Amino acid sequence: MMIGDALIVSAILFCIGVVGVLTRRNAIILFMCVELMLNAVNLSFVAFAKLHGVGGHVFVIMVMTIAAAEAAVGLAIVISVFRHFGAVDLQNLKLLRR
Amino acid sequence: MTPFYRFQFYLFALMAIGAALLFVTRKSPVSAALWLVNVMFALSGLYVMLDAPFVAAVQVLVYAGAIMVVFVFVVMLLNLGRPDQLPDLREAGARIAAGVVGLALFANLLAVRRESLPGVELAPATDNVVTPVAESLFTEYLLAFELTSILLLVAIVGAVVLAKKRAGA
Repeated sequence: MMIGDALIVSAILFCIGVVGVLTRRNAIILFMCVELMLNAVNLSFVAFAKLHGVGGHVFVIMVMTIAAAEAAVGLAIVISVFRHFGAVDLQNLKLLRR
Repeated sequence: MTPFYRFQFYLFALMAIGAALLFVTRKSPVSAALWLVNVMFALSGLYVMLDAPFVAAVQVLVYAGAIMVVFVFVVMLLNLGRPDQLPDLREAGARIAAGVVGLALFANLLAVRRESLPGVELAPATDNVVTPVAESLFTEYLLAFELTSILLLVAIVGAVVLAKKRAGA
């Protein structure tokens, strides 16, 4: 059954994305890992759309829009972090830790 | 479900997972971004196999085309991809692997051309790919659609405000 296999692939990709978010310190790569997780979720939406009709495709398009908005705002934040600290290493962002 | 279809499906799945693993292990943001583009192309192949060709096209246009360009642009803008870490041509092992993968994909393409006629069922009615999605999007999910457009507007304004240089500083 292709749907089950697609869901397994989706789960694996999502786990790779989670590992990236938890282990990387470069803010841009971290955002890319979030994009990978969104893509994994999209894959399971498309797989389920095979069972439950075309609504899954609509949701994938919504998720892509949200991902574009998130990338724009997130990268703007990265740019202002870079202006402030001179690096995008997340180790710098510890102003609230004290 | 012909064996040929199954083979293609697992090929794209393996490509996606392998490229994702390479993506999280890269040090340089530029090569990570390019591996992520690879993941997205493999995923759009999977979408086509799961009867969603419109979503596959949008995936290539929006994700691989637009979002990743924004990422690479920011990497460039902040000067993060250090050129000394990015040799122009890799060592022999990587080149041989790339050649083998390229030949495999080319053979695959030839096999698609030869096989597709009797063995594989063609997707039904290719002119009717967008209509169901559009009907659903503009009737059942119209409110979500409109809210998404407002969200995009907010995101544009937010991105401009956040990335703008302050007048004082």
